[in-house]
Amino acid sequence: MPSIISISGVTKTYATGFKALKEINLDIERGEIFALLGPNGAGKTTLISIVCGIVNRSSGTVTVDGYDIGRDYRAARSLIGLVPQELTIDAFETVWATVSYSRGLFGKPANPAFVEKVLRDLSLWDKKDAKAITLSGGMKRRLMIAKALSHEPRVLFLDEPTAGVDVELRQDMWAMVRRLREDGVTIILTTHYIEEAEAMADRVGVINRGEIVLVEDKAELMRTLGRKRLLLELRSPLATIPETFSRYALELSPDGDRLTYTYDNQSERPGVASLLRDLETAGIQFRDIDTQNSSLEEIFVNLVRKDA
Amino acid sequence: MNLRAVWAIYKMEMARAFRTVLQSIVSPVISTSLYFVVFGSAIGSRITEIDGISYGAFIVPGLIMLSLLTQSISNASFAIYFPKFVGSIYELLSAPVSYLEIIIAYVGGAATKSIILGLIILATASLFVPLTIEHPFWMLSFLVLTSVTFSLFGFIIGIWAKSFEQLQLVPLLIITPLTFLGGSFYSIDMLPGIWRTVTLFNPVLYLVSGFRWSFYGKSDVSIGISLGMTVVFLLICIAIVAWIFRTGYRLRN
Repeated sequence: MPSIISISGVTKTYATGFKALKEINLDIERGEIFALLGPNGAGKTTLISIVCGIVNRSSGTVTVDGYDIGRDYRAARSLIGLVPQELTIDAFETVWATVSYSRGLFGKPANPAFVEKVLRDLSLWDKKDAKAITLSGGMKRRLMIAKALSHEPRVLFLDEPTAGVDVELRQDMWAMVRRLREDGVTIILTTHYIEEAEAMADRVGVINRGEIVLVEDKAELMRTLGRKRLLLELRSPLATIPETFSRYALELSPDGDRLTYTYDNQSERPGVASLLRDLETAGIQFRDIDTQNSSLEEIFVNLVRKDA
Repeated sequence: MNLRAVWAIYKMEMARAFRTVLQSIVSPVISTSLYFVVFGSAIGSRITEIDGISYGAFIVPGLIMLSLLTQSISNASFAIYFPKFVGSIYELLSAPVSYLEIIIAYVGGAATKSIILGLIILATASLFVPLTIEHPFWMLSFLVLTSVTFSLFGFIIGIWAKSFEQLQLVPLLIITPLTFLGGSFYSIDMLPGIWRTVTLFNPVLYLVSGFRWSFYGKSDVSIGISLGMTVVFLLICIAIVAWIFRTGYRLRN
């Protein structure tokens, strides 16, 4: 099945001469949750804004379900729902009015039953007559999502959806995103919370300085780029790591009772067995042993650093 | 044509006007009444009539124009500037709406408010002075044409403005002086020669003069020129808006 969003050769240079995007090529698969990671100013929001029609691109083409965002902008945009990063709502409108407005703006006929469902799903129903200005930050965030879902989009962009959101609401949002995916909605989210991408995404894209530096299946990414750590709880603390262990990437905890060995789990010879042998030879005993996979966050930081 | 979007924006704009009824309707009515008290009574007692029209009645078309121009500009400029300012413009820009639809909805909303306001001021004026409308069709045509033209002008200002100060700049420094100097409160025949010529360069003169003609059949300049100038200004505004939307000026850049 062809991808639902196809971005090809997209660049953006602002009037100031700043190159926000350099030749972006990216395909988003139908029905997936795609996490776009990148440091501040990497070009995440610019890329989303171009796909959604908010910012003009300097060159390149973008299609949404086969519709060109320039030539067939009506068909393309009506498929997309966008939840921007900033909480930008007309403060003096009621929840009901602003969500109904969004639906109308996207050319859908009035459907009070559907709007009610969206508001109920987002726990906003009892606030339907409240003005946006009276809502808490978390509720405003949900209202932004309700507006984006009001016209039944097939693609949903969530730009930093859980920034400044409490733990409970974050869990609710993750659950909502999974429900939407089950309904066949494609979700593209940008986030600073790596654990969010790690928990939610099917695929991960990393953007840095206006370039896509990596697009990978998340599990595959964790496997290929993942580093593993071996944690050894020592019986008696060490003052320093003995010289003979200099060939191992070892770290000693400040209190001297834990050794951490970081290794590449894809390597033919990860060195775990020889380390354990050498420790025994040196008479360093341990009372517990554990291994940990490195997180997406470390992978991300390494990628961005390497690129810098 | 995404008529549902046009209707959604228009409805939202009208709802905003009714929500701020004090600012949009009551305040212009009060200021118009004050003009009547000050200009109509104080000056009117000295200038009894102009071109055979009582001074109080003479200033009515000018007063309506004054409100029409300032309110059309302020309504339309605020309507598009505010979403830009708070950031909610993202939704409009990401929606499947054409520029033409955006214009029809916003300018339509602002012009409707101005027309309603013009009619309210007309009704208020009729309480103070006896009014005659010789050419009701042309009176309404000028009312609609002026409201639409200046709402379009306001829309341009709203897109251009980067701050609330800039938003107020054009209405305050250009429109209000032009209206006061455009023959709202006097006939240009009353001015000395050089100032009469200078006034002919003031576009508002043609609006006020044409509008007054539709009431009393008398005008400072010919009705054809008045109508022509209004249409020319409308076309200039349309050309600017077309350019803004073609280039994405201060919207999509």
